[in-house]
Amino acid sequence: MRLDFPLFPEQASTVAGRVDALYFFLVAVSVVFSSLIFMLVGYFAVKYRRRSDAEWPRPILGDLRLELLWTIVPLGIALVMFVWGASLYFTISRPPAEALEISVVAKQWMWKFQHPGGQREINALHVPMGRPVKLTMTSEDVIHSFFVPVFRVKMDVLPGRYTSMWFEATKAGDYHSFCAEYCGTQHSGMLGRVIVLVPAQYERWLSAAAVGESPAAAGARLFQQLGCQNCHRADSGEKGPALDGLFGRPVRLQGGATVFADEAYLRESIFDPNAKIVAGYRQVMPTFRGQISEEGLFQIIAHIKSLTKEETAKAR
Amino acid sequence: MRTPASEPREHYLNVSYGVRSWLFTTDHKRIALLYLLAITFFFFVGGAFAVLIRLELMTPAGDLVQSETYNKLFTMHGLIMVFFFLIPSIPAVLGNFLVPMMIGARDLAFPRLNLASWYIFIVGGLFTMFAVVAGGVDTGWTFYTPYSSTYSNTHVVATALGVFITGFSSILTGLNFIVTIHKMRAPGLTWFRLPLFIWAHYATSLIMVLGTPVLAITIALVAIERVLRIGIFDPALGGDPILFQHLFWFYSHPAVYIMILPAMGVMSELVACFSRKRVFGYGFIAFSSLAIAVLGFLVWGHHMFVSGQSVYAAIVFSILSFLVAIPSAVKVFNWTATLYKGSISYQTPMLYAFGFIGLFTVGGLTGLFLASLGVDVHVTDTYFVVAHFHYIMVGGVVMGYLGGIHFWWPKISGRMYPEGWGRLAALVIFIGFNLTFFPQFLLGYLGMPRRYHFYPPEFQVLNVMSSAGASILGVGYLIPMVYLIWSLRYGAVADSNPWEAKGLEWQTPSPPPTQNFEQTPVVQDEAYAYWPGEVEVD
Repeated sequence: MRLDFPLFPEQASTVAGRVDALYFFLVAVSVVFSSLIFMLVGYFAVKYRRRSDAEWPRPILGDLRLELLWTIVPLGIALVMFVWGASLYFTISRPPAEALEISVVAKQWMWKFQHPGGQREINALHVPMGRPVKLTMTSEDVIHSFFVPVFRVKMDVLPGRYTSMWFEATKAGDYHSFCAEYCGTQHSGMLGRVIVLVPAQYERWLSAAAVGESPAAAGARLFQQLGCQNCHRADSGEKGPALDGLFGRPVRLQGGATVFADEAYLRESIFDPNAKIVAGYRQVMPTFRGQISEEGLFQIIAHIKSLTKEETAKAR
Repeated sequence: MRTPASEPREHYLNVSYGVRSWLFTTDHKRIALLYLLAITFFFFVGGAFAVLIRLELMTPAGDLVQSETYNKLFTMHGLIMVFFFLIPSIPAVLGNFLVPMMIGARDLAFPRLNLASWYIFIVGGLFTMFAVVAGGVDTGWTFYTPYSSTYSNTHVVATALGVFITGFSSILTGLNFIVTIHKMRAPGLTWFRLPLFIWAHYATSLIMVLGTPVLAITIALVAIERVLRIGIFDPALGGDPILFQHLFWFYSHPAVYIMILPAMGVMSELVACFSRKRVFGYGFIAFSSLAIAVLGFLVWGHHMFVSGQSVYAAIVFSILSFLVAIPSAVKVFNWTATLYKGSISYQTPMLYAFGFIGLFTVGGLTGLFLASLGVDVHVTDTYFVVAHFHYIMVGGVVMGYLGGIHFWWPKISGRMYPEGWGRLAALVIFIGFNLTFFPQFLLGYLGMPRRYHFYPPEFQVLNVMSSAGASILGVGYLIPMVYLIWSLRYGAVADSNPWEAKGLEWQTPSPPPTQNFEQTPVVQDEAYAYWPGEVEVD
């Protein structure tokens, strides 16, 4: 048995310290309130212990001022906790715009990662220190949850849709990642490592693990193979909307609604093209569900994203 | 009417003998005892699974059982404890026995329906026990989809059917209580003269009647998807896995209040009796039960802060979760204030009441951590959550249940239990409980996820502490089991009111006659009229 065990997790991300600060505030409030209750109960129990069986104390029916006091004071403190917790949650839920984007596919019982340069990893994730990293995640089977305790972040990974999380590591090291949502027999074996490297080391790791083809390039190939460019190109007219400059922009839909073209929208449009139809086009696209793997879909989306980057670069 | 000393007085236990007289009884007191037997059996089955879980977790490696087995152990521990022990515990045993007696009625409004709900409970239990014996189920008690509906290879449908059927027993009990409390109160027993135990059971019954059908529907949908492959929750079939979580928690969060509210009702009775005082702030305690019942229906999304639901939905669920904490806090403050200038004795039931206040306070305060969005992201699905809900469900509900069983044991059985053993067991349970579950808060914040068969070695010491505590807790639960059975034969004979408590149930002999009261009592006092003099009521 290891006796040098920790009682508190390391802080290795930009939000870890902020989560811990709120945690300590909650601990402090809990200690104050529980000590207050325990001391009062203990004090009354001793002071007013029954001394004779003939004691029948005079009743005290209640006191409105006290009732208001112990309703309003806890309510006030609870609201502070709420606002503090909610503002932190906003930070945790909103990835910074220039984050390094890594795609994650979970399955029973492993984690598959792919870096923007095409490097792939299983059950281990190398990330640079001091740079925000955004994970876009999906599952091939049941619900999983990616959890890195030292970063204080966790997000469920769902089949059939994308979820995302982000972190910025502040300390180099080799840390645990866990699957936090029960996912079947080997749930506790779905253990991974997150290896935080200083930027220079990270660059070295990237070149050592290089594979030659980026997800965007692989996606461009798939785009050709599946015949997407037949309808989705600049001169395709009314057959289908062009995809250059689409990612990250608002899209007007039939019926007047507007949707923001993110990963989830692209995923839905490829697998379930009937769901949202761009204004000015007819529904002619077939579904590609079952024809593209989760990794393939990430690559096609990477390709569509790269079209926007080229567009932006040209405009500059 | 006096009976001669040679001829024992007739009461509900000796009025008739034989298996048929129990299995076909419509006496609410006998049905309460049928429930007591059934849930005690389930408690020890669920407890045996817990023993195996804690033994496995003594070492980081998964060396006692295989992962398949471990997953079934925690699933069946949760299922049996939640659906077959905690939910029926206080309402179906103490509530069944006491609701008619406390309001001066001769039985519940629908005695045959009451017997039917016991049979439904048993049929549901048999389905679930069949699933256990046939090889078990491994979905977790939460049945999350699409794992439960598509991927698990275990007896999901039989178990689901067991839970589905048992739900109807809960619905019928709730319905019976609501009608009884509305229509069968003794003359003079106005709503604001009711014992707070009755208010708590009224609030509980509302949740049972309104919430349980949603669980039944949800479980049925899982079975339909699993058997007929109709896409409801599995995205591969066009369904939505988050929808399941919404539906499941819409019942299962209020279910927490189905468990805790009756225990709070017991608490009010114990604190008043053993400090010989009217409960401080009667109206605030009564209405806080209703507030909990209503608000409890609006907070289910706090189980899903990292599930992928909208950020704005999470914010709304977070603030509502903070609000539902307030009525619970109000109750704790009022019980504490009741002690002030009381005449406090430390008999066994009161020790459980002190234990309840301590453990429920910790359980409630750690609930605030989980309602705080930023912290919940880190601690959800870890041992922090496991520790929190055991403080509420075991520290709160089981302490309340045992306190209540001890308090009303003389009334139920006509015998006293040995007081020294009673106090010892209460103390052992309190110590064992804290040693078992407090280390789990630390494990959770360190990041140990729940439902883990094996774990990294740095978590071992805290796990060993927890397992050591569990062995003490196990012994603590066995002691009352032994001396309560012993007392049935050898315990001192109890008189009608051994605690000098107020309340109609103490004004009739112990054990009570089948019809409860010789004459329908007429109520002229407020509840908890311990003070013999005049009281000005505002």
